[in-house]
Amino acid sequence: MSSQAQILPGTLDLLILKAVSLGPLHGYGVLLRIGQISGEALLIEQGALYPALFRLVRQGLLKASWGTSENNRRAKYYELTSAGRKRLREETEGWNRLAAAIGSALSARPEEV
Amino acid sequence: MRFFTKLFRPARIDYDLEEELHSHIQHRADDLERSGLNRIDAERRARIEFGGHVRFKEESREALGGNFIETLAQDLRFSIRVLRKSPGFTIAAVITLALAIGANAVVFGVLNALILRPLNVPQAQSLYGIERGSDKSVNQSYPDYLDLRDRNRSFEDLAAYNVSAVGIDTGNNPSSSWIMEVTANYFDALSIQPYLGRFFHASDEHGPNSAPYIVLTHAYWHSHFRDDRGVVGRVVQINKHPFTIIGVAPPEFRGTLLFVFPDFWVPIVNQEQVEGSYVLAARGTRGILMVLGHLKPGITPAQAVADLNSIGSYLERTYPKEDGHMTFSLARPGLAGDWLGSPVRAFLTALMLLAGLILLAACANLGSLFAARAFDRSREVALRLALGSGRARILRQLFTEAMLVSLIGGAAGLWGSVLLLNALSVWEPLPTAPLQVPVYPDANVYGMALLLALFSGFLFGAVPVKQVLRTDPYQVIKSGSTGRIRRRLTVRDVLLVVQIAICAVLVTSSLVSLRGLARSLYGNFGFEPQNTVLVETALNMAGYSGHKVPEMQKRMINALKDIPGVESVGLIDRLPLYYGANSSTVFRDQTGDLRPSNAAAEAMLYNISPEYFTAARTPLLAGRALSWRDDTNAPRVAVVNQEFARKVLGSVSDAIGRRFKMPEGTRVEVVGLVVDGKYASLAEDPQPAMFLPILQSPANQMSLVVRSKSDSQQLTAAIKNTMRRLDAGLPFTIRAWSQELESALFPSRIATLSLGVLGIMGAMLSITGIFGMAAYSVSKRLKELGIRMALGARRKEVLQAALGRAFRLLAFGSAAGLVLGILASRVLAAIVYQATPRDPLVLAGVIVAMAFIGLLAAWVPAQRALSLDPSTLLREE
Repeated sequence: MSSQAQILPGTLDLLILKAVSLGPLHGYGVLLRIGQISGEALLIEQGALYPALFRLVRQGLLKASWGTSENNRRAKYYELTSAGRKRLREETEGWNRLAAAIGSALSARPEEV
Repeated sequence: MRFFTKLFRPARIDYDLEEELHSHIQHRADDLERSGLNRIDAERRARIEFGGHVRFKEESREALGGNFIETLAQDLRFSIRVLRKSPGFTIAAVITLALAIGANAVVFGVLNALILRPLNVPQAQSLYGIERGSDKSVNQSYPDYLDLRDRNRSFEDLAAYNVSAVGIDTGNNPSSSWIMEVTANYFDALSIQPYLGRFFHASDEHGPNSAPYIVLTHAYWHSHFRDDRGVVGRVVQINKHPFTIIGVAPPEFRGTLLFVFPDFWVPIVNQEQVEGSYVLAARGTRGILMVLGHLKPGITPAQAVADLNSIGSYLERTYPKEDGHMTFSLARPGLAGDWLGSPVRAFLTALMLLAGLILLAACANLGSLFAARAFDRSREVALRLALGSGRARILRQLFTEAMLVSLIGGAAGLWGSVLLLNALSVWEPLPTAPLQVPVYPDANVYGMALLLALFSGFLFGAVPVKQVLRTDPYQVIKSGSTGRIRRRLTVRDVLLVVQIAICAVLVTSSLVSLRGLARSLYGNFGFEPQNTVLVETALNMAGYSGHKVPEMQKRMINALKDIPGVESVGLIDRLPLYYGANSSTVFRDQTGDLRPSNAAAEAMLYNISPEYFTAARTPLLAGRALSWRDDTNAPRVAVVNQEFARKVLGSVSDAIGRRFKMPEGTRVEVVGLVVDGKYASLAEDPQPAMFLPILQSPANQMSLVVRSKSDSQQLTAAIKNTMRRLDAGLPFTIRAWSQELESALFPSRIATLSLGVLGIMGAMLSITGIFGMAAYSVSKRLKELGIRMALGARRKEVLQAALGRAFRLLAFGSAAGLVLGILASRVLAAIVYQATPRDPLVLAGVIVAMAFIGLLAAWVPAQRALSLDPSTLLREE
């Protein structure tokens, strides 16, 4: 548990979009996929996922439809809309810029100042 | 479209959401099962991992959108369920609010109609009436009016009007009507367009009796001419003079007063035909009721006043004998300026304030009820908090409950007040005057009621907020909701004190006005209205004039005196305590320069027949009454009252034989002295009055006072026969004098009634408030009281412990309220005769009433405290 990091506020949406962009998923599947792609390093409260999912659906970034899961259970599947794809691209770029900036800021050494 | 689907199918969405969350937990449980747990443990574990199910569900619902309406619907459903579970509480709360909001809506409706709503004329905002002098009288003389109209540079135009009564004969039955005599530019100055036919204009006036035209009101045209469009051009007889109907006014225009509606308008230049005498030429006779007009665009009221005052000083210089104190001010015309406007405004404002206090008291009451309920529901609240519900959500739910109650109460209150306002609007409170106050509710009233409902819902809904925010779910669930008894002053205590103080204010003011009313009912009017019948008429209505008037009056008096059972008959031109008293300035005998500023007094002027004092039972203190020998050939004489003797003659004891001067210079000898009475209003200070013989000072307008002990119905029939025999064409009315006095008592009646109603409402609220507080404190302290009793406390001590606090609050609140009430009663003195709070009976009454309220409210809780059985009680816990 201790090796897992709380995700930064506001990054959950980005992670969900990324997870879904790799293929339609149901809610639990999103959770597993995030775990898988982050190397089990990120901790997401399971219940907190749903408000975020519904928010993304309402914003038109995801679309949802009922289907049957690999476990043969009814489940709601989410997939990216084109608006979602665009948003993912933008947010990814934004995140990368931010990460690069913060990374370079944090690696600064006294002699560079 | 999606929005509406969500709005109307919340259950479907709920189901969807529930299924999705369920599916999540199943998938997780599948995984856990695969890792070796059995199915039951796996599902349990999955649920725990999922976290606060309720909270996420709520958050999800919000994220789903359309959440506001949906949550609202959910809150509403829950609120209705909660409120239905405690119908007693709900009904009490709704009734309390309905009464409080209803009272406010009614008072506001009247205030709105009389003060906020302008006259129904175009550009009413720039319409002003002109008041004169420091006492703000609105009446002016016609020559002064002409000067004001022609010399001012501030008004578009100035019109003037008078209210008077005439006899109208449209062919078969002569009847009397209330009319407005107006200057011919009246309709043009107000920019009113005719509904039918035409109006008269300034160009129609060519001196006395030059414009025999009338314009009907729409209402009169409808009721008396059945909407006959052929009425224009018809000739009708007014006071036996032919007048031509030239037009009908639009239905929304009913004259320039808010409470008197004429039947038709007549040009004022025909005054002689209409009133029987022509006084328009006399600058000193201020017979015009009001002058009014629109300000020119860009002219401020202050500029207009300055303009008028410069004309005023010109008038004072030019006509020193007639015009003194010609300073002017402007007022809204609808309530006859400040003469009626300022007491009505003061009273309605005070009433609005009191009604507002009632609403505040009701909110205080409901606030503490809600707080008590929230306290009792702390277990429910704690449970919901523990299940992950947000505090904001719980507060929202409590507010929804409060709003629901207040909206239902507001709707009920509004419904009642609309009924009442509509009934008030068609009510004609006085049988003798065309008084009517249309206070139909409009959008303002509805808006106000809604606003008040929301406001009060918010107010009392906010009381338990702090409590909920402080709730610690673990504590509550662990130890139950008994809570600690806090000794310090709580919000509820403050609310209760405020409420009791408000109630005491209301009780004080209603008692003050009740006492005033009682005093005026048995007060000394200077006459005895009991056992008298009044016959009222005006001889000019049947075409009498000149010397024929007193001849006919003498014949009438003698004929009525011959009716069996009649003791005496007296004639007076205008009854005291009736509208439109006549008055005149009078001068001391030694005064040479008879300009108004040198006058000794402004005295009420009555023209009477010799037997008037006998018929009215006005006690003659000295000298003689008037007689039929006091005619035009005899020296001018008068009977005066004590105040007149004091002010004008300088002495009451030897007033007889002294003389005074009338404005035109006539010397009048005082031959008799009568007691002071009431002349213009019941609330007035003693006024000087003089009584002149009708033979020396004739009058068309007359009231015959017929004193008789016989059965009033027979008497009325006999009087009718006699009057018809004398002149079948003379319209007249017969009424008991006591009935006529209604008009004088009307203001104090209304004041007492409205304050009484508010007082009773305040008392009811206090009773429920104290009851609630006492009952609550007894039930919270049952255990403590039981222990005290078990330890041998006496009944008195138990009572003190249980109710001492409630009584201390009561005493404190009552004292504060009494002081405030005494201060507030000053406003009342202007309306109710001799309303003074410095009256031992009032003070005692307030104290008794408040003590009674306290006893009544605390009775049941006290009984409960005393009937405690400590053994059962202690065993229970």
